[in-house]
Amino acid sequence: MKKIINNPSDIVEEMLSGYISAYSRYYERVPGQNAVMLKERRKDKVALVIGGGSGHEPLFIGFVGKGLADAAAAGNIFAAPNPQLIAETAKAVHEGKGVLFVYGCYAGDNMNFDMAEELLDMEGIKTAHVRVWDDCASAPKERIHDRRGIAGDVYVIKIAGAACDAGLELDEVLRITEKARDNINTIGLATSPGSIPGLNKPTFELGEDEIEFGMGLHGEPGIERTKMQSASHLVKRMYTELKKEMGLKENDEVAVLVNGLGSTTLLELNIVYHDLNKLMAEDKLIVHDAEIKSYCTCQEMGGFSITILKLDEELKKYYDAPCFSPYYARGEIK
Amino acid sequence: MKSLTVEQTTDMIIKACDAIVENMPYLTEVDSKIGDGDHGIGMAGGMEKARATLKEKRPFPDINSVFKMTGMAMLNSMGGASGVIFGTMFLGGVKNLEPVHELDGHLMTRIMRGSLDAIKERGKANLGDKTMVDALEPAVVALENGNKEDLVQLMKAAKDAAWQGVENTKNYIAKYGKAKTLGERAIGYQDAGATSVAIIFNAMYEYVESLAQS
Repeated sequence: MKKIINNPSDIVEEMLSGYISAYSRYYERVPGQNAVMLKERRKDKVALVIGGGSGHEPLFIGFVGKGLADAAAAGNIFAAPNPQLIAETAKAVHEGKGVLFVYGCYAGDNMNFDMAEELLDMEGIKTAHVRVWDDCASAPKERIHDRRGIAGDVYVIKIAGAACDAGLELDEVLRITEKARDNINTIGLATSPGSIPGLNKPTFELGEDEIEFGMGLHGEPGIERTKMQSASHLVKRMYTELKKEMGLKENDEVAVLVNGLGSTTLLELNIVYHDLNKLMAEDKLIVHDAEIKSYCTCQEMGGFSITILKLDEELKKYYDAPCFSPYYARGEIK
Repeated sequence: MKSLTVEQTTDMIIKACDAIVENMPYLTEVDSKIGDGDHGIGMAGGMEKARATLKEKRPFPDINSVFKMTGMAMLNSMGGASGVIFGTMFLGGVKNLEPVHELDGHLMTRIMRGSLDAIKERGKANLGDKTMVDALEPAVVALENGNKEDLVQLMKAAKDAAWQGVENTKNYIAKYGKAKTLGERAIGYQDAGATSVAIIFNAMYEYVESLAQS
């Protein structure tokens, strides 16, 4: 595996340094920490802090921006950030109205963010958290707390950022963000493994002619391994799972994200959306917004995921609010 | 031998750090079979940090500080589930403990019992879930049942129990971590976290044993 790195132990540090210096008109580093924060932050609002293991860029650092997160804590490769790093990041952007944490539901993230909240509680800072568990292939609905967070993070962060920007109180921001989380599901498909930078080892093994539905970002086994098929077959299988999971029906209004996992090309992702769009039209879903990009990745992992956010009037209002980061923008120039 | 001084305790923990760093390739190999393969890197990174902190900040005023410094260094450098769990292995037992200046069999038992309880509370794992608890719990039980007047004998019983615990993890289906999703396929493979616990106890025993010899 050829990786363009220097010393493996400097990977996270150097990645952050590059990102923050290139986009220094927007960002600065949280002093002494592996964390990015927005320079010009809106005052008098709940602070939104996100984070997780590194290696999934642009998540999470790429979602620090106006109308998005105020800061992101970057853990080691595929490992949750530590409690001190999370707590210091939160303190750096806290405006006195509390802090909301949004992160993917993984054992390591849950424990480290919980400890950070305990540390902040001792300092009298009000906190709350929303764990994203959109991956409906990772566990049955009855064990929803065992489900993992994948590309659905994007929509949860988007809505949470807008709710914070609206100047709402922490409990109200929490309610809206949980509502968004509960209306989002994702299913993924892997065609080839990613690698752990510095370890020179693929994250899983998959035959040259095989794909796996529902495989996790770190190679967690999915729901079915089959031979490679045409895009339309793959998309139909995935869409059917999502439709069943979410009970989607005629006139439901949705936002849709086709997310590449790292090495799958935009050409392929566009074909995925071509097939997906036909299926949604057959079912008479109303597509409020859609996009095709690689946001939640695992190095050179091949494959994609489909995320659907079911909207109502309230969620639509926050979804449509403008936002900007170097990797993600919504809202139009009027 | 009955007990260790604060300085000897510091040396003992440094030996445990050395052992984990030396065993990084072995831990990577163990973890690669059913996990991400990054347990060795994470543990070695955390214990390297702990070792550096212990060397830089010694001498310590009490036994409590030795364990606390080790746990904090691991917790705040590793991240991930292992950072919290292994940090707590050193932090949990000295939380709310009055300052002590001598580590005897009774105190070792008390600290490790406190750590085990804190880990189970935080991580919600129990015996048989194929985690580090499968090595730590038998080690703690061996401490509790062992002869606390003879530290060498006591630590030998603990490390033997920890290694037996590692063997037992081969029979379990994983309830946590990446191996969770493997189901029956994880059977036959030992847990990497449990292996780290056994390596740590093994190193602590070897230190105590060598001290008794000299």
